Amino acid sequence: MSLTVKDVKQIAHLARLSIDDDNVQTYADNLSGILALVAQMNEVDTDAIEPMYHPQEVMQRLRDDKVTEQVERERFQKIAPVTEAGLYLVPKVIE
Amino acid sequence: MAWETVIGLEIHTQLATNSKLFSGAATAYGAEPNTQACEVDLALPGVLPVMNKEALRMAAMFGLAIGAPVAKHSVFARKNYFYPDLPQGYQISQFDRPTVEKGEINITLGNGETKTIGVTRAHLEQDAGKSLHEDFQGFTGIDLNRSGTPLLEIVSEPDMRSAKEAVAYMKKIHELVQYLGISDGNMAEGSFRCDANVSVRLVGQEEFGTRAEIKNLNSFRFIERAINHEVERQIDIIEAGGEVIQQTRLYDPDKDETRAMRSKEEANDYRYFPDPDLLPLEITAEFLEEVRKILPELPDQKRLRFKQEYSLSDFDAEVLTSSRAMAEYFETVAQGCGDAKQAANWVTGSLAAYLNKQELSISESPVSANDLTGMIKRILDNTISGNIAKQVFEAMAKGEGDADTVIESKGLKQITDSGAIEAIIDEIIANNAGQVEQYRAGKEKLLGFFVGQVMKASRGKANPGQVNQLLKQKLSG
Repeated sequence: MSLTVKDVKQIAHLARLSIDDDNVQTYADNLSGILALVAQMNEVDTDAIEPMYHPQEVMQRLRDDKVTEQVERERFQKIAPVTEAGLYLVPKVIE
Repeated sequence: MAWETVIGLEIHTQLATNSKLFSGAATAYGAEPNTQACEVDLALPGVLPVMNKEALRMAAMFGLAIGAPVAKHSVFARKNYFYPDLPQGYQISQFDRPTVEKGEINITLGNGETKTIGVTRAHLEQDAGKSLHEDFQGFTGIDLNRSGTPLLEIVSEPDMRSAKEAVAYMKKIHELVQYLGISDGNMAEGSFRCDANVSVRLVGQEEFGTRAEIKNLNSFRFIERAINHEVERQIDIIEAGGEVIQQTRLYDPDKDETRAMRSKEEANDYRYFPDPDLLPLEITAEFLEEVRKILPELPDQKRLRFKQEYSLSDFDAEVLTSSRAMAEYFETVAQGCGDAKQAANWVTGSLAAYLNKQELSISESPVSANDLTGMIKRILDNTISGNIAKQVFEAMAKGEGDADTVIESKGLKQITDSGAIEAIIDEIIANNAGQVEQYRAGKEKLLGFFVGQVMKASRGKANPGQVNQLLKQKLSG
């Protein structure tokens, strides 16, 4: 599988990355190279091997269901550009 | 052309934990904006998620309740999209390894038949914050209190064939999560909402039609209307020679219509990948065994037991198991008074009517199960008649004390002394010579009139059985 210039622009848009038009072809080539490597690894027969969930043989630690946080709204909102009535304000978004 | 509707539901149910899925912030509904949003929920740089054990326990419990395998290992994945009420820029969800695998739910159709609906999976994920678009000129207000609240997303197979079936399925899940105590199920507060995938195809056709997804339905009535509306829209398009396009639509209850939200292709390119901040979740056999031990009796089991143990009708069993609180109330009364039929009649009758009128839930009932038990005991021991009991019930509901107190203070004790009843009957007979003559001439339905007169004269307190018997004796002269 190789990526086209159009694919790269689409992915950049979804990830909100601003990329230089001059570099798009290079990105497409490099990313396609990575996918080619993945495709090569996919060729290996892994039928008899149990999938690995994580590189380390450790499982997720769980915490008790307790409220441990204090109300720190004032402190958090000091670094927000605009707040009002306890809300963070952002430029209007409407579907 | 005959069309068949195909529906699958994605139900989002908020889990009733105290704290968030990955942070120690509170999850209570209705708090001041952003007072329950800590560094993790705000996704400030450097924070790391730590999983809530209770949320995992609740998901496992749901799995056991629908007969689904609970995965020994499940994996959290990032679902990437940008929206201001999702500060991480991705939702932590589960993708190819959900905690709960395939299970099933039985629903009862209108004709009384049972249909099995497949539950594809149920996975744990974070809820997003709330966007308020209305109140600020040129701005959207963001409240992140809900950000990171644990959700269990329950995904069904496309097994439903009408809006009614979809509602029946959703009600069944709604009942189940409340029975399990894993969600408060409050739809008005958004604790229980669903997206519906709807398509149509010709009857007999194998493959599914193109589906539209209707977002954020949060009442049973809206779901039914939204689906029916969407089905009509799709049939109209196809019959006019057009093609349904796959898209997300929003139901507008005011206009009773769905409208397109966004094109699915672009917005749904979520680029899932395993979340590197989280290790795989492990559910050990011991953990699952602990969950199994605390699994309560499920609604279907309870209904069946009620029918067998208390000889209840299908209808009564249905009403009396509609919530765990209701079932407990009924069982307390039935066992306390020893007469399940009386208990069922009072709980589904006067009590249900009263609560309905006052808009109270069973747990808010001013008449406790013990009070109702006490009152039914007085009917059973002939202290009061069933009719008088209605007055006693109303007085108890108004807080005038328990049954014995009300009977005493209002002088409602039933007259069972035959001498006293006979005296009243004699007086009625003496005062209604005309009717007595007609009765004796064969107009036997006048008995009702005499019973009424006697009951009235005794202010309802004469024992109706005795009144009937004594009247017949005296009237036949």
